Amino acid sequence: MEKRSGSEMKAISVRQGWLWLGRGLGGLLLLGLYLVIERGGNAYLQRLSVLFLINLMLVVSLNLFTGFTGVFSLGHIGFMALGAYTSAILTLPVTAKAANLPDLPAPLASVALPFLPALLLGGLFAALVAGLIGIPILRLSGHFVAVATLGFLIITRVVLINAEAFTRGTRTFAGVPPYTTLSWAALWAALNVYIAWRLKHSTLGLQILAARDDPWGAQGVGVAIGRVRLIAFGISAFFTGVAGGLWAHFLTAFSPNAFYFSKTFEIIVMMIVGGMGSITGSIVGTLLVMSVTELLRNLEPGVTVGTFSIGPLYGLSQIGLAVLLIFLTAFRRQGLLGDREFRLEALIERTEDWIREFRVPWKASSVREADPFMRR
Amino acid sequence: MHAVGSLEFWIQQMINALGLGSQYALMAVGLAMVFAVMRLINFAHGTVMMGGAYIGLLLLQRGLPFPLVAAGTILGAAALGVLMERIAYRPIRGAPDVALFLNSFAVAVFLENIAVLLFSPRSRPFPMPALLTQVFHPWGDLFIPSIHLWAFGGALLALGGLAFFVTRTRIGLAMRAAAENPTAAQLMGIEVGKVTLLAFAIGSAMAGLAVLFWVAHIGTVQPGMGFEPVLKAFVACVIGGFGTIPGAVLGGYLLGALEIFLQGLLPSAVVGYRDALVYAVLIFLLLVRPGGVLGHGEAERI
Repeated sequence: MEKRSGSEMKAISVRQGWLWLGRGLGGLLLLGLYLVIERGGNAYLQRLSVLFLINLMLVVSLNLFTGFTGVFSLGHIGFMALGAYTSAILTLPVTAKAANLPDLPAPLASVALPFLPALLLGGLFAALVAGLIGIPILRLSGHFVAVATLGFLIITRVVLINAEAFTRGTRTFAGVPPYTTLSWAALWAALNVYIAWRLKHSTLGLQILAARDDPWGAQGVGVAIGRVRLIAFGISAFFTGVAGGLWAHFLTAFSPNAFYFSKTFEIIVMMIVGGMGSITGSIVGTLLVMSVTELLRNLEPGVTVGTFSIGPLYGLSQIGLAVLLIFLTAFRRQGLLGDREFRLEALIERTEDWIREFRVPWKASSVREADPFMRR
Repeated sequence: MHAVGSLEFWIQQMINALGLGSQYALMAVGLAMVFAVMRLINFAHGTVMMGGAYIGLLLLQRGLPFPLVAAGTILGAAALGVLMERIAYRPIRGAPDVALFLNSFAVAVFLENIAVLLFSPRSRPFPMPALLTQVFHPWGDLFIPSIHLWAFGGALLALGGLAFFVTRTRIGLAMRAAAENPTAAQLMGIEVGKVTLLAFAIGSAMAGLAVLFWVAHIGTVQPGMGFEPVLKAFVACVIGGFGTIPGAVLGGYLLGALEIFLQGLLPSAVVGYRDALVYAVLIFLLLVRPGGVLGHGEAERI
């Protein structure tokens, strides 16, 4: 521990104070927001919030794999589908099973699990499948992985459509108990973000990022690229599967069509907008893209401004997403945040800096030198 | 249906495989040419087909004779491909592979939804002349849909012309040079931009030809119709080796044969899983022969 002068110690403790204040305020803000939405009774807002949290999980999980490893996955919605169907089959009441899924094999037909174990099993099943397909697929690189994971998505869809005893095929899988509440979604989304954050800033996370930025160099210092990628793939698939389970128990009725290209496209755009590899970016990206699509979706039935009216504009929200993605790839490929994060520490440092420069410009340089946080 | 394993069964399967394979070969060639000159897996290749089909439908509704409708479909697809290159792909030439691929993904979604806006999401019938829909019965139980003959003949002509073009003409050689090494080609005075545009035009025209046969099969057009063909064209390219014209053609025919024989030989309980098996073969091939059956050496891998 290097020796610090009194003024240094003071600067640090002041900063710590601001940091905790910022965290506290942020936490209070989120809690307040949660209470307002939960107790406010606005059904539309509640519905949108739950969908936002589920989308957020999908985007953060995708980012946890694709953004951290640099390996593009087009198959993540397949994991979502696995989680959704697995947990829905597990929680479906026995009487509903007899009516809707008469050919379900014996052990499954007679159980109806509570929500949490079903969600966990859905996530674990997705992670298991990810482990199985990841071992071969992750040895590929570049767009070959993208094509291979696309293959996985299509295979999943074909299986869902054909395994009628489990999924009712192309028909709607209905009657899933509506277990997903705002609290459930918020808890899982928070856990997902927290795990992703911890992973990014752990040794394993650094290994994963190193393997992305310089595969040969990382291998040279002993990073087992295949292994670390596989771990990221598994964690990512687990949370994607859980998000699928939450989604299934929120909508309560769905068919294989829900888990295909438009959803894949949607979460990819959200991830790219926020920045590949940035967790806080995922939050911003999801929020931004959902706002835009929700706005455009409301325009889709047609708009009337005064005497001027436009007929139904089906597909408008998808067009909006596509244009957004085309512009991003042309002008700002790294998204809003790149792979950086929004950090409270950085914000405080910058504000302190700004205040100092503003108030006592002649003292700014000496203060900066005395400040251990500011040394470059 | 013939007994599995009889001579007639095999002949029938061969005919079906050649017909389907011709369509896949035509679709895959465009994908391969574009990949060769700009390392782009053009996901919007299928929407070019869809666009061509809608242009054909509009011409048909104007009461034009079928040969003109066919020509319009092919030219329309080619024009769409050229526009796509100029507007969406040229500005980001040289971007990382994944960015290019995502961009084409976005272009595909964009065009598909424009079609939804213009023509509604419902599918529309596309009546084909009897010449394309009739079925011959040469002998026994054997049947030959004329569309297979048209597809095979069309593919033979178009692909033969393409082979002549890329091996015997100056601009064709320039295209291969640009595919081999764009920088060196540019230094030798080849206008890579022009060559790329030409690759898009030719590839999209082939797709336009293929969509005529595709529509004759399914009988309708619909905004999302380009999706399945582009995936099939991908698989064909991977089977044959990505980015080479002979590879795409061979891959197309192999994929056609694979699908037809799986369809004929799989027990009926699992025949629904045919496409899953096809994509499993794709993943398997990516692993063991990333360069395709014609390729040599390894693709990039860790």
